[in-house]
Amino acid sequence: MSNFRDTGHLFRFAGIFVAAILIFLAIRGWLVPHTFGQYGHYRGAALNEIAAKPVHFAGHQSCETCHADIAEKKSSGKHASVHCEACHGPLAAHADDPSIQPAKIDTAVLCAQCHETSAAKPKGFPEVETASHSNGVSCETCHQPHSPALEAGGAQ
Amino acid sequence: MQGVNGFMYPNEVQLQWSVLIVLYPFITGLVAGAFILASLVRIFHVEAVRPTYRLAMLTALAFLLVAPLPLQLHLGHPERSYEMYLTPHRTSAMAMFGFVYLWYLMAVLVAEIWLDYRRDIVIMSQSATDWKRWIYRVMTLGSSNISPRALEIDDRVGWLITLVGIPSAFLLHGYVGFIFGSIKANPWWSSPLMPVVFIFSAMVSGIAAVMLLYMLSARLRKEPIDMRCVDTIARYLFYIFIIDFSLEMLDLVHRIYEADESFRSLDFMVHTRLYFSQIILQIFAGTLAPVVLLGLAQVVKLPELARKRIYGIAGSLTLIGIFAMRWNVVIGGQLFSKSFLGYTTYKMGLITREGLLMAMLLSLLPLFFLWVLAKLLPPWYQEQDAITAAG
Repeated sequence: MSNFRDTGHLFRFAGIFVAAILIFLAIRGWLVPHTFGQYGHYRGAALNEIAAKPVHFAGHQSCETCHADIAEKKSSGKHASVHCEACHGPLAAHADDPSIQPAKIDTAVLCAQCHETSAAKPKGFPEVETASHSNGVSCETCHQPHSPALEAGGAQ
Repeated sequence: MQGVNGFMYPNEVQLQWSVLIVLYPFITGLVAGAFILASLVRIFHVEAVRPTYRLAMLTALAFLLVAPLPLQLHLGHPERSYEMYLTPHRTSAMAMFGFVYLWYLMAVLVAEIWLDYRRDIVIMSQSATDWKRWIYRVMTLGSSNISPRALEIDDRVGWLITLVGIPSAFLLHGYVGFIFGSIKANPWWSSPLMPVVFIFSAMVSGIAAVMLLYMLSARLRKEPIDMRCVDTIARYLFYIFIIDFSLEMLDLVHRIYEADESFRSLDFMVHTRLYFSQIILQIFAGTLAPVVLLGLAQVVKLPELARKRIYGIAGSLTLIGIFAMRWNVVIGGQLFSKSFLGYTTYKMGLITREGLLMAMLLSLLPLFFLWVLAKLLPPWYQEQDAITAAG
């Protein structure tokens, strides 16, 4: 009995730990979504929620059904493997309703994203220092973005 | 590009881990080291260092409370951080560390400090007059039993907790080394020796920090420094420093001898960008100089004042050296390209979320916490005698 009395404070201390663990488990049960862990280490219901989101990209095949001339021009040039929406942005809304016009592209900014000089780029990749090369003038003033190679009629 | 030489991949140009990630292993190291010093009294019965026992425990607690803050500031969104506890992933070392941290904080440090101070807390809950009385009352958990038998049980349980605490302290800091050592894509970090080196450097920095804090607090309180105590601490610091330095040299020799494909690149980095922080600060000023000074105090019979000065200088150099070691690991590991053909530069912000001012603030915050803790739970043994007299 005396032993129990002299260890009473330890039980109180341990009691706080047990209470904290129980409170943690209760909060965990309340906060963690029920579908968490259904398929993996994520919320299972997120799959359907993501699938239900509207599609923003139309895909290059959709573009090519109407813009066959551009597709043909592009197919023979250096940008053949660059898909339409990589530069023009997501255009599902435009594909559904052609009256919705895509935003105008500022080529002075867009082209530099790939073609600005950087030591990390592979050998042979066309690079320029835009500040000295064009000084803010739009690239399309001289270059044809859909087929930038010389033989396609574009400037170098 | 300014600050970049040679070939860097685009995602390597800017460093992802800033000075706060340097501070994080430094702070946790101080925690582990301070606790190991305290365990010298409890487990290994080194009675000479008893005057620093409580100070070491409070130092460990003050620094442990600040330890997650650099991570919170680095990651952002502190309101989401609790999710790590709700849905931890077993393969995430950092998620598992969340539990190690909680275990160490609550089951080891808080429990041991509470048991050690319980007698004082009960006496102060009866003798204090102002608002402190209520704080002490809450801390007694409603039990004022300080019979000799109850205190004897406290002592035994405290011993057991310290026994569990030693591997916990090793786990706490070993994990920090593990985080770096397990990144096989980075040859500067990837080494199974990394957790071991981190543990020993943690012990070195924690012991040096408590020694300095003890000497500083004695000076501020205008009390004589217990020279037997600091001599013993300095002796242990010296021994552990020798082991730590040997391990680091073993790692270095191993890298030089192995000389894998990364060696020339890393060697060049050490001789150029890391020359000041690694060769000058870490090895010469932060390791060899304090080892020589501490060794000198061991072999030559020096007067008290000279020993105090040597310990003060050696302790400060040690902390600078260990901080430089963390810097060289964290920042150094991000300065070279994985192509081994280029190097970048770390540009530290000043008044940014991860800048110099924030790092300085986080370095001072544990000292403020320690001041508050020392006001509430005085670690000075003279005051403990006064409390006993009041009881």
